[in-house]
Amino acid sequence: MQRKSVIVGMSGGVDSSYAAALLKQQGYSVIGVMLNLWTEPSQSSENRCCSLDSQYVARRIASKLDIPFYVIDAKEEFRHSIVEMFINDYLDGKTPNPCVACNLKVRWKILLEMGDKLGIELLATGHYARIIHLENGHIHLLKGVDNTKEQSYVLSMLGVEYLNRTILPLGSITKEQVRNKSRDLDLQTHNRPDSQDLCFLGDLDYRQFLLKYAKDKIIPGEIVDEGGHVIGMHDGLPFYTIGQRKGLRIAFNQPLYVMAKDQCKNRLVVGLKFAKKNTEFLVKNFNLIIKPSEGRYHTYNIKVRYKSRDVPAIIHNLGSDIIKVTINSDNIPDIVPGQVAAIYSGELCIGGGIIV
Amino acid sequence: MKNVYLDYSATTPIDPDVLESMMPYFSEDFGNPSSIHKHGQTAERAIEDSRETIARIMGCTPSEIIFTSGGTEANNLAIRGTALEQKLIRKATKILTTPVEHEAVTKTVNQLLYLHGFEVNLIPVDNTGKVLLDEFAEMLGPDVAIVSTIFGNNEIGTINPVEKIATLCSEYQIPFHTDAVQALGYIKQISLNNITMLSAGAHKFYGPKGVGFLYKQKLHNVFATNTGGSQENNIRAGTHNVPYIVGMAAALEKTRLNYSVYADHYTWMRDMIISGVTTIIPGAKVTGSVGDRLCNHASFVLNGVDGNELVIALDVLGYSCSSGSACKTGNPEPSGVLLAIGLTPSDAKGSLRISVGRSTTEEEVVGFLKALSQIVPRLEK
Repeated sequence: MQRKSVIVGMSGGVDSSYAAALLKQQGYSVIGVMLNLWTEPSQSSENRCCSLDSQYVARRIASKLDIPFYVIDAKEEFRHSIVEMFINDYLDGKTPNPCVACNLKVRWKILLEMGDKLGIELLATGHYARIIHLENGHIHLLKGVDNTKEQSYVLSMLGVEYLNRTILPLGSITKEQVRNKSRDLDLQTHNRPDSQDLCFLGDLDYRQFLLKYAKDKIIPGEIVDEGGHVIGMHDGLPFYTIGQRKGLRIAFNQPLYVMAKDQCKNRLVVGLKFAKKNTEFLVKNFNLIIKPSEGRYHTYNIKVRYKSRDVPAIIHNLGSDIIKVTINSDNIPDIVPGQVAAIYSGELCIGGGIIV
Repeated sequence: MKNVYLDYSATTPIDPDVLESMMPYFSEDFGNPSSIHKHGQTAERAIEDSRETIARIMGCTPSEIIFTSGGTEANNLAIRGTALEQKLIRKATKILTTPVEHEAVTKTVNQLLYLHGFEVNLIPVDNTGKVLLDEFAEMLGPDVAIVSTIFGNNEIGTINPVEKIATLCSEYQIPFHTDAVQALGYIKQISLNNITMLSAGAHKFYGPKGVGFLYKQKLHNVFATNTGGSQENNIRAGTHNVPYIVGMAAALEKTRLNYSVYADHYTWMRDMIISGVTTIIPGAKVTGSVGDRLCNHASFVLNGVDGNELVIALDVLGYSCSSGSACKTGNPEPSGVLLAIGLTPSDAKGSLRISVGRSTTEEEVVGFLKALSQIVPRLEK
């Protein structure tokens, strides 16, 4: 019998390595593929996904598992689709989530295209989320069972046509299990540190990175209170994020937070954080994975940042490209333009889009 | 199931007879050839017999053969050793080489440029990668320390007019080196006339990896680039790799003795591939020379196809081939060799190299062509 083939996106980390091992155990014919992504040149490229060190580790894991392993170049696509977007979004007053964009525009796109070329239908990654293929042809994207590592959020913008071809072997197990089982299998990745976000910054932090690539577009300006009074100076709006408290350099008897960025006047608006009771905002490019059968107005949960909690929300015009979200809560999270909002019904991810 | 191997230009398996000839020198006659005692003498005899065998085949004297760790080291020794010597004794600081060399030559030359103040001039080549002799002749002069040109090209298979290049060099009394690593097992005749130095590596002709030699004219001096003991006439220090040297001599002997039998087979297979690929893939062009070509080597560019992806796809389908455009680390840079023969960067990315060996069969070639015709339409952009 012909075994089913799957491409596993390998990064040299513990998760994708174990995902490959698990699929191999389950009888799949596994092909490991690593994407070579653009990165700022750096001295110490430890724990960066595409460093030669990671490539070496991934190659060793693949040979231990006795699966073929290939590296595909995606530097130009990554630089163009992700790095440029990252810089432009910041200059535009937003706080982007490049990982979500990378999954959609680089990782899944290129690996599935590769699958088409090789005649391989399926793609697997080491994300902690579950995908269930229902008999009626629908797809359910569910949270991973490990609450601390849950990653359905970063997959929420993947279209159904992508999710249909995806298997996520780690969705039903915990990170601790992955590490333990990797150790049992003697995979050298078992104690490799978790990868960090923003794999392309090299040795720079994001502010240094922005300065390097967009110095002339980052202009210092005034910090004002919500009444418009000038109370300080900022180094350039891209260096601040809504909700930020640290680094404002203003002496005040109560903690001040970034409330808004006035792009036209190049002003940073700060204020006291009062417990708001409700907020409304738009989410664009909304990717609907599954439309629940309930009525037009329905209470869902929303997650507005990778590490933030879910909060109840009312969603309007679900199914269109732009949705409106209303949150009535005692504890409203910071709504940051450019970040991804993922909508849930319990464990089920309804879809995701970008906060306007 | 094992892949069909069609990458004999990358390396070849060790011939069983060769392997057998090597076996006594691993643990039975394991002595150090530099030692005084009988163990040493046995080992010494083995390497000196090997040197004589190689010299006889090459048509030179045994003392003109220097054993190295492979073709790359032979190239390093020839170029670095000669350039430094020539700079010292006659203040010559110009290096002439071609834009279609193996990296063992280009990176050595670049280091001499950056570290030792040499000037590097590239000899123009035609669109098959052959040295343009008239242009080359005009570049020669007393300030040239060394000329180094590849014999048979690893990427595009072209055989250079080495005899003519060598003759021109000798007229100007300029040391001439040729990298014959890819050529030695796959050209009809080797004539060392006017060649000052020639590099070879055993694993390209069914010998072991990790051993090679440099032919060096007796009266030509080079600086040692590996210093230490007085092995190899003080030119290449380091304990001899006795079994591998024995294997190299056996491999070269078998290769040259049976050359016409092997070459007929290679040529047949190669031409099946060349005519097959250019027939079934409309956008395929042969790279390199058609007439002056290594007899086991076929190379192409396929319009609109990424060479790296093509090699991956063929691998998945069971065929081990190679592409000049990308290495396994996923580097997308188009090959400098292909750009030098006038291909555009996008054409150069679609490169494919198929090289055949003694055990390549017609069925394998047919299977390969079938796989290629199946995969290319899927890969075309």
